[in-house]
Amino acid sequence: MTEMLTMFKADGSAPDFNGALDDKALVHCYRTMLMVRAFDDICMKLQRSGRIGFSIPNKGVEATQVGAASALRATDFFFPSYRDFGMALHHGAKPVDMMHNMFGNASDSARGRQMSVHFSFTDPVRFFSISSPIGTHLPHAVGAAYAAQALGKDDVSLASFGDGGTSSAGFHSALNLAGVWKAPVIFLCQNNGWAISLPSSGQTASDGYAIKAKAYGMPGVTVDGNDLLAVNQAVGDAAKRARGGEGPTLIEAYTYRMGGHSTSDDPTKYVPAEELEKWAKKDPVLRMQRFLDKSGLWDEKLEEKLLTECADEVAQAAKVAEATPGPTLETIFSDVYETLPLHLRRQGEQAFDLAERKGGADAGGGAFPL
Amino acid sequence: MRTLTLLQAVNDALHTKMREDERVTVFGEDVGPKGGVFLATEGLTQEFGKQRCFDTPLSEDGIVGAAVGMAVNGLLPVCEIQFQDFIFPAFDQIVSEAAKLRYRSGGQYTAPMVIRTPYGGGIRGGLYHSQSGEAYFAHTPGLKVVIPSTPHDAKGLLIAAIEDPDPVLFLEPKALYRSVKGEVPEGRYSIDLSTVRTVREGSDVTVFCYGAMVPVCEKAAAKAAEGGIETHVMDLRTLLPLDEEAVLDAARRTGRVVVVHEAPRFCGYGAEISALIAENAIEYMEAPVRRVTGFDTPFPNTLEHHYMPDERRVLDAIEGVASF
Ligand SMILES: Cc1ncc(C[n+]2csc(CCOP(=O)(O)OP(=O)(O)O)c2C)c(N)n1
Ligand SMILES: [Mg+2]
Repeated sequence: MTEMLTMFKADGSAPDFNGALDDKALVHCYRTMLMVRAFDDICMKLQRSGRIGFSIPNKGVEATQVGAASALRATDFFFPSYRDFGMALHHGAKPVDMMHNMFGNASDSARGRQMSVHFSFTDPVRFFSISSPIGTHLPHAVGAAYAAQALGKDDVSLASFGDGGTSSAGFHSALNLAGVWKAPVIFLCQNNGWAISLPSSGQTASDGYAIKAKAYGMPGVTVDGNDLLAVNQAVGDAAKRARGGEGPTLIEAYTYRMGGHSTSDDPTKYVPAEELEKWAKKDPVLRMQRFLDKSGLWDEKLEEKLLTECADEVAQAAKVAEATPGPTLETIFSDVYETLPLHLRRQGEQAFDLAERKGGADAGGGAFPL
Repeated sequence: MRTLTLLQAVNDALHTKMREDERVTVFGEDVGPKGGVFLATEGLTQEFGKQRCFDTPLSEDGIVGAAVGMAVNGLLPVCEIQFQDFIFPAFDQIVSEAAKLRYRSGGQYTAPMVIRTPYGGGIRGGLYHSQSGEAYFAHTPGLKVVIPSTPHDAKGLLIAAIEDPDPVLFLEPKALYRSVKGEVPEGRYSIDLSTVRTVREGSDVTVFCYGAMVPVCEKAAAKAAEGGIETHVMDLRTLLPLDEEAVLDAARRTGRVVVVHEAPRFCGYGAEISALIAENAIEYMEAPVRRVTGFDTPFPNTLEHHYMPDERRVLDAIEGVASF
């Protein structure tokens, strides 16, 4: 592995940090991390009680998400994976809007068409609609970066993906194009140790992931992914290079998935308990807390206030989303095209007619297995 | 006889063939120690070792491309694509390579291999964990496309697919993985590809279906019988190459046909069945062929039960053609 950028010292101080985040921003980062945890916690409960079908936990990778988001502007273009919603929260996406997606209701931006955790925002942050197929969004990030440059803007694209994502064709195409075009894009590989049940060691034979940058003609940086300041600095540096016309960077954030792949996965079947224990000591939220404490920005009172605020906000969001009606039949047919074509209009009319004559369809009880 | 789920029957077929033929090699994402995300390959690594059942990096084109290479050089690859929705990176390897190899080399090179993959809706998987892409592949000369709907067929057809000299795409209806149970013989047996299964005899209306739509059609047929309509239900089980004679016989028998699939209608498999009948049995037809299919939209999430043909929609079509 290339040398790993770390900011936090064992005592919680960070003397080498470039100071890109002021006190207010630091506390905001911490709050976002707590919000991610609160959102995860409630989703786990909602899933276990059968009120939503599925969710993806983020425990362990919060510093990578939030550290990256805090180094970028809301007007930059985020191309996220399904384990990245902390980036959207950080730039002001509302938990309630995310909850609408978790429940797949009429107020979901995707009108309940997408599986849960497949968020999409344009405002207050450009958070590209999430697709399940791994790696398909990486060339999109390159194209968007090219477009920003062609249109004379200084926006960058952030392409975020997992260690598993580096094996997709999209990864190789995207890095190659970005290198050749010198596109203003930042590739953020979140090496969280696992791709479902496959350990990172089975994903690549190379010495880590950052080293892959060399072959595509761009800088590769390894950063401690559980160290928010280190991630902020690495992404900030890459953004500066990108905005300055120096092209793309590949960043490997070395972190750890501290839970299952999803609510349908049982990691105890394949994750060694010792490994989890080892990483629990490097919990990114605790490390950030220690730093804030050391810097005089944190005390128990603040902790309690933030925890209560976050728990209340997500609980309220879940309440609102659960009470929101489901999508109407019409949403099956809209948004396929800008203008509804005749054949779809007919199919819709037949569906409405049948629902009227024979009643609605039974909602199946299918639980998502992965 | 033992009763197994469809999922267990798939697992049993793999165990059976791997015991019998050491060339059989299983690989794909999470298929190793974990046994696959649906547990279809559970126990294989443990019994046959890492060389014969193993996890791959997240690379569908790599998986299928490597299967072609293994097949041309003496192994019998049975690879898994975790969800059929994720097969598209491998489309080139399937369509341009595996399916055309025999033709383009005049038979010098062939790719006897199986690609297993769960397909279809009913699990609240939304756009990308629910699709039925059989039509893309049934449009591919050189490929065989097989879809079982019972545990017995799943085992017998998968064994036949592994023994087949040509590449076979084996689509497993994930909605039925655990919901259907049936008797499955021990040991090796196979069911000839390109044969259909008569699910139910009837003289008024013929319903053609496959995969997860089979139990739906059975229920609709039972309901129709209550109203005095006798429905002949046929499970096509091999979409390519299709047993056209069996289809035409069943169509001629009633002169009234309904075709049911989850996939979108436009250029869907039902169009082929309909055209086949129009070209060869039009003189027997008493009513236009009706298709009951998914809509021509992406697969939704919350409203998936409206998207997927259900007993209600199939029954409506049966009654419609019966009274035409
Ligand atoms: C093309 C494709 N193949 C397979 C899958 C199924 N799948 C979903 S997540 C996943 C593992 C991804 O691991 P990684 O990229 O490391 O991301 P992480 O889940 O660890 O954040 C797999 C195999 C998929 N979504 N897309
Ligand atoms: Mg990972």
